[in-house]
Amino acid sequence: MSRLDKSAIVAGPGYSRWLIPPAALAVHLSIGQVYAFSVFKNSLVESFDTSLTAIGWVFSLAIVMLGLSAAVLGTWVERSGPRKAMVVAALCWGTGFLVGSAGIATGQLWLLYLGYGVIGGIGLGIGYISPVSTLIKWFPDRPGLATGMAIMGFGGGALIASPLSNRLMALYDADFVSTEPTAVASSSALAQTFLTLGIVYTVFMLIGATLVRVPPGHGDDATAEHSPGTNGALVRASRAIRTPQFWFLWVVLFCNVTAGIGILEQAAPMIQDFFRENGDSTVSAAAAGGFVGVLSLANMLGRFVWSSLSDRIGRKPTYVMYLGVGLVMYLLLALFGDSSTVVFVALAVVIISYYGGGFATVPAYLKDLFGTLEVGAIHGRLLTAWAAAGVAGPLIVNGILDTVGEPGNLVAADYRPALLTMVGVLAVGFVANLLIRPVDESHFDDHAHAAHEDRAPEEAVR
Amino acid sequence: MSTNDDHTTTSPALVAGAWALVGLPLAYGLWQTLVKASALFTG
Repeated sequence: MSRLDKSAIVAGPGYSRWLIPPAALAVHLSIGQVYAFSVFKNSLVESFDTSLTAIGWVFSLAIVMLGLSAAVLGTWVERSGPRKAMVVAALCWGTGFLVGSAGIATGQLWLLYLGYGVIGGIGLGIGYISPVSTLIKWFPDRPGLATGMAIMGFGGGALIASPLSNRLMALYDADFVSTEPTAVASSSALAQTFLTLGIVYTVFMLIGATLVRVPPGHGDDATAEHSPGTNGALVRASRAIRTPQFWFLWVVLFCNVTAGIGILEQAAPMIQDFFRENGDSTVSAAAAGGFVGVLSLANMLGRFVWSSLSDRIGRKPTYVMYLGVGLVMYLLLALFGDSSTVVFVALAVVIISYYGGGFATVPAYLKDLFGTLEVGAIHGRLLTAWAAAGVAGPLIVNGILDTVGEPGNLVAADYRPALLTMVGVLAVGFVANLLIRPVDESHFDDHAHAAHEDRAPEEAVR
Repeated sequence: MSTNDDHTTTSPALVAGAWALVGLPLAYGLWQTLVKASALFTG
């Protein structure tokens, strides 16, 4: 295992830091597949002869395991280094598909829960945080740009996985026509698709693990030169979760994700409902599908564009934009979204780009607050906000919509209570962001801080 | 490629290859999504 250790992957002189983003992207493009899971839903329901809810739990389980594993294993990832973490993530993610494939082939739904949901979910959590800390250390001057590139890959992964999965199912089942909304692939084709994806993703992620390096001087945590936060902070993860800054940021991420899910969850039926006259929608099912595609692009590009912008305007003002402008956009959507499809789409695009941006900018925000000492582990703990929002967002939206009818048969006014609730959620996040102040010195790690102080005069002399 | 590399510069071809490895699938996904998204304006 020594070749996987952090000490074995210290970059030599002249190693290009521009190899690190593709290494990170190889992982994030692979695990981003999880957001394309819905492409299997109809076929899985038919294959297991079960309900949509029972299949929906596979995705929910994977997202909850993502949050839990990132939180529990964050410190291990930080100490083991990116290569070992990427290899473990690749093995978990690949094994998840293989066990899921066995479950489909044998008609055992519990194996799909265990494989894709639990084992794959652990791979998601480790994989998601594995390159973040390393990217920040390689790009101390542009942490938002660096993590934006990687986390953009998580959004991009779904764009690849959706058409790829459809092609694979059509390859293994000649009767499967992906363009038909009710098309279902056979169990055998599904099992083979899972098997193929498991192998492809494992190999792709392992290539990322091969490319990744830690910057010179970061092979040993005890002697590594860490970049402090904006006020000189170098804080360990165990200490960070005892600061108000961590929990304010937790609330910020939770609110931003909850509000985004409010639209993403219902995107296709929502746009049809907003433009319904006398029972019929003026937006076709194909156009509604196109709207989902537009939102996927906004989600992906928002991660890169807004996170990069945060390097210039600062993290706090960026979140003021996500939550403050997002709040206004949500309000406009609730009040005037049904005035025209152009207005509706434009507002939704901005909201979803902020949703993606919120994910991508948060590691750099953590770096500003706590320094790079254990930023990966702190990020892992913060991702529990994502898992919580993944449960709360759909619960809030579905709970409110259930009182008025079923999405797909509603009108714009029926969405107003849910959208206005999201305005309130964003307002809470907006206030939480304003309350974030630099971390108090009492939380600084004495050893790391003293080592940094000792180095500073030496560097000044040089 | 060995760990603790002893070479002094990374080959530009390696950097280009690594970016192509992730860029090509991403371009495929983007193209497919653009085709799908175009239905919003034509469908």
